Amino acid sequence: MTAVATNQESLLRNFILENYLFTDDQSKLNNADSFLDTGILDSMGILELIYFLDEELSIKVESNEMIPANLDSIDNLLAFIAKKQA
Amino acid sequence: MTTNNYGLDPVLEMDFDQEVERITTRMREILSQNLHRRGFVIAMSGGIDSSVCAALAVKALGPKKVFGLLMPEKDSSSISGDLGSLLADHLGIEYTVDNIAAPLEAIGCYKWRDDAIRQVFPDYSTEWKNKIIIAGGIDGQINHYKVVIENPAGERFEEVLPLKAYLTIVAATNHKQRIRKTLEYFHADRLNYAVIGTPNRLEYDQGFFVKNGDGSADIKPISHLYKSQVYAMAKHLGLPDPICNSTPTTDTYSLEQGQDEFYFALPYRKMDIALWCYNHAKSASELADKIGIAEKQAAYVYQDIKAKRKTTKYLHLEPQMIEKVEL
Repeated sequence: MTAVATNQESLLRNFILENYLFTDDQSKLNNADSFLDTGILDSMGILELIYFLDEELSIKVESNEMIPANLDSIDNLLAFIAKKQA
Repeated sequence: MTTNNYGLDPVLEMDFDQEVERITTRMREILSQNLHRRGFVIAMSGGIDSSVCAALAVKALGPKKVFGLLMPEKDSSSISGDLGSLLADHLGIEYTVDNIAAPLEAIGCYKWRDDAIRQVFPDYSTEWKNKIIIAGGIDGQINHYKVVIENPAGERFEEVLPLKAYLTIVAATNHKQRIRKTLEYFHADRLNYAVIGTPNRLEYDQGFFVKNGDGSADIKPISHLYKSQVYAMAKHLGLPDPICNSTPTTDTYSLEQGQDEFYFALPYRKMDIALWCYNHAKSASELADKIGIAEKQAAYVYQDIKAKRKTTKYLHLEPQMIEKVEL
């Protein structure tokens, strides 16, 4: 994994941990965990995440990209971001 | 069972005489044994749900123990008021008309909303009309929201709403339901009555209500009935035709807005069947056959039902306590 990707991973993980789980305990979130299935985020939470991607990483998520396969876990997010930035 | 199906899908058919008897008996029991109040206050929007609730309240207690409220504001359709007073006269109940535009203006409802719309459309002004529409769920996407505006020349413009603007518009317009509830409880306190909440099953299940607004009530007599059953019951109770034939709208935004545009994935008749099928563990392909949509879309509708339950669970919760306090 490149340094940029590692930074993105930690940025995203910390955003989820701080804002939705209210902890800095890294063991509380696995990169493969589905945000929706585990109840960490609901659909409003995903919209907040989309806002975060725009603000922090300048990634605009189009309507047709607002699907769980792109946004529903840290792994999915990292793959989506890599595709958007390619 | 004597059934008159009123055009209902067979799975939603019921014996309406029996159901009216069951609901009104429970309303009396709840009022006397749980709530200890002397009558009911009901806000009448002119829509089907509040009209049926008002009629059931009158069936339960007689017209002298039911007090009606009509609470229009700047964006209400004039038809709503006409239907509300038509119903009150039909039922023979006492009612009052309290226009809530001034208190809404005073607490900034319209200003906050319009400022938020201007984040997307800087030229938007108070003479223009607006509404919010939902998008995504029916296509398998995360639900998101768009604002539609119309200028005085009748030209329409539509844009995806950024999250903060969307939340602000909803928060501002939620003032409408909360101010109405404040007035309902004023009259309930004054008369020692209980407040009726009017959600049907679709609204209750999918969280289509404002917390501490229309979601707040002492009793919810039709929250177990699907919307098409509520329409059928209106006919069964002999309510005036203009009410029985009214289209469900939110009556919250100045542009006409169907409930399915704002919140539900499908028009209510199909949505009722979708929720019924979901509740009875029917497959997406069975749902698709029943309402004439593609199986993939039916699967998205199920996904949307599940997502809305999850997102709106918070609306149903009582205040959470650290530990149970025995009373």
